[in-house]
Parts: sequence; structure tokens; C-alpha cells
Amino acid sequence: MNSTLGYGLVLAGLLCAVFAAVVGIATGLSRREGALPWVQRAMYGFAGAMVLSNLVMVKALLEHDFSVKYVSQVGSRATPTEYTIVSLWSSLEGSILFWGAIMGLYLFAFTWIYRREHGRYMLLTLGTMAAVAVFFSFLIAGPANPWPAIPNPPADGPGPNPLLQNHPLMIIHPPMLYLGYVGMTVPFGIAAGALLRGELGDAWLVPLRKWTLVPWMFLSIGIILGGWWAYAVLGWGGYWAWDPVENASFMPWLTATAFMHSTMVLERKKSLKLWTIALALGSFVLTIIGTFMTRSGVFNSVHSFTQSDIGPTFLIFIALVLVFSVALLAVRGHLLVAESHLGSIVSREGSILLNNLVFAALTFVVLLGTVYPLATEAFFAKKITVGEPYFNQMALPLGLGMLFLMGVGPVLPWGAPSKELLQQQLVVPTGSGVVTAGTCFAAGYRGFMPLLAFGLAAFATVVTVRELFLPAKQRMDEQKEALFTALFRSASRARRRFGGYVVHLAIIAAIVGIAASSAYKTHATGTLRPGETMTVGDWKVRFDGLATGKEPHREYVAANISLTGPSGVEIHRHESLAPRMNFYERSNDPIGSPSVSAMFLRDVYVSLLNFDSKAGTASFNAWVFPLVGWIWYVTIPLLVLGSVIALWPQRRQRPAEASAPAPAVAQGSP
Amino acid sequence: MSPEARNRLVAIGAILVAGAALAWIALGNMGENLVYYWKPSEMLAQGDKAYGATVRLGGVVVPGSVQWNADHTSLTFQVADTHLPTAAKVTVTATETPPQMFREGIGVVVEGSFQSNQVFKTNRLMVNHSNEYKAPHDGGMPSDWKDTVTQAANETGAK
Repeated sequence: MNSTLGYGLVLAGLLCAVFAAVVGIATGLSRREGALPWVQRAMYGFAGAMVLSNLVMVKALLEHDFSVKYVSQVGSRATPTEYTIVSLWSSLEGSILFWGAIMGLYLFAFTWIYRREHGRYMLLTLGTMAAVAVFFSFLIAGPANPWPAIPNPPADGPGPNPLLQNHPLMIIHPPMLYLGYVGMTVPFGIAAGALLRGELGDAWLVPLRKWTLVPWMFLSIGIILGGWWAYAVLGWGGYWAWDPVENASFMPWLTATAFMHSTMVLERKKSLKLWTIALALGSFVLTIIGTFMTRSGVFNSVHSFTQSDIGPTFLIFIALVLVFSVALLAVRGHLLVAESHLGSIVSREGSILLNNLVFAALTFVVLLGTVYPLATEAFFAKKITVGEPYFNQMALPLGLGMLFLMGVGPVLPWGAPSKELLQQQLVVPTGSGVVTAGTCFAAGYRGFMPLLAFGLAAFATVVTVRELFLPAKQRMDEQKEALFTALFRSASRARRRFGGYVVHLAIIAAIVGIAASSAYKTHATGTLRPGETMTVGDWKVRFDGLATGKEPHREYVAANISLTGPSGVEIHRHESLAPRMNFYERSNDPIGSPSVSAMFLRDVYVSLLNFDSKAGTASFNAWVFPLVGWIWYVTIPLLVLGSVIALWPQRRQRPAEASAPAPAVAQGSP
Repeated sequence: MSPEARNRLVAIGAILVAGAALAWIALGNMGENLVYYWKPSEMLAQGDKAYGATVRLGGVVVPGSVQWNADHTSLTFQVADTHLPTAAKVTVTATETPPQMFREGIGVVVEGSFQSNQVFKTNRLMVNHSNEYKAPHDGGMPSDWKDTVTQAANETGAK
């Protein structure tokens, strides 16, 4: 029953998508806009069918309906309810189905919000998005079908992969990443619509920008949560390993970030049109390549599940999208001509151009290191991988360059800068950077690169904070407003600018966390008897003995420990807080989970390597990571805050307000 | 040639040069940081070329070969291509404490380098996660780990 219903809904979605794609593109090209309502209805139909099909799957999972193939693969009566719902995206077929639901929601929102606007582009744009939807619903209906009915259903199933049941982060990391990946379909459609139509007006730029920022925000959160999950679950004492799957999510993030900056030049100077559009198309292509690398099993990882048949379908789709994008840029690109020339390199637009080149360079470096092993294996049948040092050595100078530009860019005005004003504005930030690096050096921290990173971070922070507060300060001086009123009003006058700088602070916090936790981590390993102590950095780890316990879906052996820091206070990490080995009923291998004592300035991280129940001993890997928590605890809230401020709809301004120049513009550095 | 066209040409030239430089640096750097996936037989077949390179050596732990040194800080064992007694073998010295699942006969991947004294030194020892689940109702469920849990409970006096 569930099988038939769910599969029927997928087919209905596929039909709607095919209709919208064919009718949208055909009538769009011949500019017959009368077909638009029908295309819109088909988009709603696709969205409804996909969401309903997912709800049916959730129902089947909750009912433990093992006659559905997917449920029989990931369901288990022993799994707690929340993880049963999460199993919707814990294996290949379900995750692609879930993908369809998210795509449905995006397409619904986009179609609905602009149902009465942008008629000239809409048919072509919706048609392009629907074409992408055709691919995904075809994937669900065919190669990755979760719905086949099983004639003799088993009484119970194996449950989801134990690694995916080990931590609540697993509940939110995948949806965030999917919202990021799938959302890039929307800017792709918008950009393709502009190219097919052969024009890119200012009005069309607004949805393009906003609908890139939405998936960008989710992608950022998803990437950080993925790192956090690896850190909190896998127990190897790190959050990022330049794994192909991580790289796959990082590359579209880089191009989308570059896009968000070049779009400012496009708006202001009416140039870099083609480049900006190419970035929007490229981000989408990279998300599809990323999905392929993550899901098809070309790289073996926790994400690839089992060998599947989706690889060839994906390769064909990637080839089609690439040919389509390149052909569009080649045939229609000349229609998007620059209306002005870029001026001096020492200017806002110059710094953004440099920023874009650095982002492009980093994307190239990561792509090269990720694809090279695939190429050597395909052509020379040699199995190799590119080691982490390559990525670290290449990314470090480029990342520091970005940090530098993040500090310098906002100081530079558009057009031609005045030298005196510039020097005057750079004194305080540069001084703060030097003082910060000097203080760290005096405090005993060594190493050129990390100190440079801290100095540049302070430089960029001072610039950013000044840019955030300057308009507010002007209001306070001129209109005698209180600080918070002034801040709120100046922010709501220039939401994108304000939100953008808040996001800059989020990125600075992440870079500081990455620099500190990789340069100044301390590590120790050892085997302890109960009562014995080992030292890691300034911390002492005492082993208090083994304990065992039982939870509904697993049993565990915990190695109880107590931590003592420089302050002398003892922290007990027992039972559920201790480093443990978890034993799942249906898995042969134990899954370790580390104990992470998170503090604002450092984490103490202890993982249990093994235990000997006869001797009562346990072996530990212990690390102290300075500032590592900033990467998630500070960056994620700031990033969301900044993005939401930038996305918040602008009220329609009254004419009187609109004509008054914003304080920032008067200052010359918006 | 107009000044604008010349500027554009200079800009394109600069970007091309920068791109070529980046590609050259990246490729050179990558060449130094390659990690080879080899089985013992494949590594031995490389001869002298195998020494010093970063290698991920994959194979199975030869039963009866696992030995700790006197103060229990380093572990020596042999890794073979397959379970067959005739398979090519390499002696491995690991300075890292092995994970819980490490045992004789299990599949392992060790990352390190092959020394000219024919010993593979590693500080990274990974056990192949089978990640395969037991069938729900296969009668004889080998539950070694359950015994371990019970033992641990009995012997440490914990609950």
C-alpha cells in the first residue's frame, strides 16, 4: 500500500516536472507568456507530490512497514523514534527522495513568491529549474527507487548505520547540507533564464542575489556541522581532513562566496556580468559534481553507502549541465556586456576582483587535488590519494590572502581612493593587528603563519566593527539617538551591508579557531590502570575505571575519567560523558565516541582507543585544542544572524526617505 | 591599439601568467604529497622506489605475528595480501596504540613509510570497518563483544 502510493506520487512529480520543463522552455524561447500559469501549476504539483511521497515514507518507517524495500534496509524496531525518522536520509535511496522534497519546497517557494513578478524571465527560469527536477525525480523513479515492494517482508530490519545514530548532530547536518546543495538549483535557473533571454536587468539581480544567499547560508552551516560531527563522533581528533566528500561541499561554497562579492561590482559598476553569471552556473555544477562524488561510491566514505547504479545517470547529467552551461555562456554571453570599466586596482571593485581571483584559485587547487586521484585511477589504474599537506600548504597562503582582503576591502572606496584618507583609516586597524600578533608572541606563542593569521584577524575585525558602528555613531551624534536605536536604524537602512559585515565577523571567528586549534594543539597517548594519570598540555587526565551500561539501541563500555586543568578544578566525565565504545546489536564492530569537554578557550578531547577488561586498563588518545569551539559556537550564530539581516525584506520606502542619502553613502564607504 | 584594448590585454596576460604559476606550484606540491595505496606485493614490486614514500598499506594481519615490545609501547606484526599462507608479507612496526577492533586476521590499513631495513614504520593504524550488518535472524550470532562487555562488568566491579 505504502509502496504503491509513494511510487505513484514520485511518478506524478516526474510528470509535473517534465511538463513544466518542456512547456516552460519552449514557450519561454518563443516568448509566449500566456503559458506561465500552467507552468506555475506544474511546479506546485511537483512540490506537492515530492513532499507527500516523503511523508508516506516517514509513515512507512514509523509503522515499520518492511514490505517497502527502503524500510527493510534501514528500519529496525529497536531504533529510537527520532532516529527512525532520521533514517529517511540515512541511506542512498531515502536521501535522494528527501532531496526531492527539498527541491520541491525550494521550487514552490520561488514560484509562489514571484508569481506576479519578473514575467519576462520566469518561463525560462522555471523551465530550467524543472529540468533539474526531472533529473532528480527520474533518479528516484528509476536507479535510486526506494519504493519497490518486497513480497515476503522480514519481521525486522538492520537499522541505520551505527555511525549515523551516534550523535544528534546527524539529525541536522544532512538537511542543512541538502538545503545548501539543492538550493543552488534556484540561482542556476535564474542565471540560465537571464542568459536564455539574453539580458540581465537590475530587477532580476535581486532574486539572483537573495536566492544564492539562502543556499549559501545553509551550505555554510552544513559544512561546519559536518566538521563538528566528525570531531564529536569519529574520535580521531580533528574536524577537517580534506576528504573528497568535504572538498565536494567546500568547492560550491567557495564559488558561491565569490559570486556574492562579484555581484556587488555588477550592481555598482555594471561590469563582471558574465563572470558573475558563470559563478552562479559553476556553483550549481559543483553541487551536482559534489553529490555525485558523495553518493555514487567513487570515493569510499560514510556517505557513499553501498555501491549503487546512480553513477552513470549522474555522469550523463553532469555532462549535459556542463555542455548546457558552457554553450549558454558562449552563445549568449556577448549579450551581457559591461556598461563601464573597472578603475584602479586599489579600490573597492579592485579588492573584490582580487578576492574573486583568490576564491577561484582555491577552488582550482581543491578541485585538482580531489579529481587527480580519480584521473590516475581511471587512466593509469594506479591507486593514489593526495595527502592533506598539499591542501594545507596551498590553502594557507590563499586563506590568509582572503583575510587580508577582508580587512582592506571595506576600507577602500569605490572608484578612485584618496591616499590621505586611506592612510588615516588604516592606522588603527594595522596597529591593532601588530599589537595582537605581538601580544601572542609575548605570551609564548610561536610560528610565523599563526601569528600572521591572528594579526590579520585583528586587523579585519577592527575594520569590520568600525564599519558596523560608524553609521550608528553618526546617528548618535547628529540625531542624538541612543546606541541601540541608532544601531538598529542604521542596520535596517542598509541591511545587506550590515548583514554582510556580521558574516565577515563569523568567518574571522572560524579562521581564528582553525588557526589556533591546528597550530597549538597538544596531543598525548597512553595506557592507564584505574587511578593512574596522564598529562596532555596543562591538563591531567585520570582514569577512574571501566563501566558498562545499556541504552535501548546499544550497549556501551565507558572509561570514566576526571580532568584537572591549570585552575585545579576537577571535572568528572563519567558514564554518558566518558569516552566510550558503543556496541550496536546488528553491527560487528564497536563504534567509539570521544569525550569532548568544551570550554570557551579550549576543548579537552579524550577518545578511548581500546580497553582490556581482564587487566582493567584502557588506552586513550587525548588532545587539548585551543579555541576550536569558536568554529561552531561563535561562527554559526553570527553567520545565521548576518544572513538573516541581509535577507530581511526591505520595507517599501516612502519617497522622502528614499531620496535622503544614507549616512554611509555620505561617508564615502558604503 | 587603443589604450583600453591594451589594458585588457595586459590584464588577461597577467591572469594567464598567475594561473599558470598557480597550476605549476599546485602540481609540484601535489607530486610531493601523494599517498600511494599499495598491497604488500605491490609495494615490494616497486623495489627501491618504495622507500620513503608515504604509503597506505592495506592487507590482513597475519595470525600469530602480533608482538608487543618489552615496555608495551610499540607493536610489531605482519601484513599480508590475503589470508593465504603464500601471500606476500611485510613486517610493520606501529608506535600508535591499536584500536579496539585490532586483532589477528583482521583487515588493516597502515599509513607510514617503508624503510630500507624492510620494516614498514607507521604511526597511523586503521582497522577496516566492515560496516556490514548481521542479518536479523541468523541463528548463531557471533557476539564476541557481548562477552567482552560482560567480562568488563564482572571484573571491574562496575554495574
